[in-house]
Amino acid sequence: MSMQEWVALALLIAGCFFYLAGTIGLLRFGDVHSRLHALTKADNLGLMLVCAGLAVLAADWRTSALLVLIWLLGLLAATVSAHLIARHARRDGK
Amino acid sequence: MSQILGLAVLFLLLNLVAGLWRVARGPTAADRMLAALLFGSTTVAVLLIMAEWMTMPALRSVALLFVMLAGIVTIAFFGLPAGDDER
Repeated sequence: MSMQEWVALALLIAGCFFYLAGTIGLLRFGDVHSRLHALTKADNLGLMLVCAGLAVLAADWRTSALLVLIWLLGLLAATVSAHLIARHARRDGK
Repeated sequence: MSQILGLAVLFLLLNLVAGLWRVARGPTAADRMLAALLFGSTTVAVLLIMAEWMTMPALRSVALLFVMLAGIVTIAFFGLPAGDDER
């Protein structure tokens, strides 16, 4: 494998690790707010690392720009969702 | 490299299956929406890796559509906050 593929592989494995961390947090943590904390942060870091790995693999400006756009929109979606879910959970008194 | 991308897709799909346990168990609506959030972000990563794996660039556009809908799902479910008076 070339150097480029090793770098992409390392980024992909790191991304998958953070996805695993997010899923374990979702399954194991005790209340809604801790689950929210684990999931939204870990998953977006995982998405960033996967996007970075795929951008290295693609080695193309257009594809890389699209991957960055997808990651930024993912951050926006996670932020909005996290605030709305946390507000809803707090109002329910959980 | 191709096999590694396939393994990454499989691994992320297993994450999705694990997330289904939280959907089934709940206990609150917020927990189920959290699982939907997990599905949103993981599906996007799966689609992006599959676009590279199967050399189908169109799947990147599908991922873009998914990530745009991911935020709207939660807003549709809980609604936007009314303002300060509801606290």
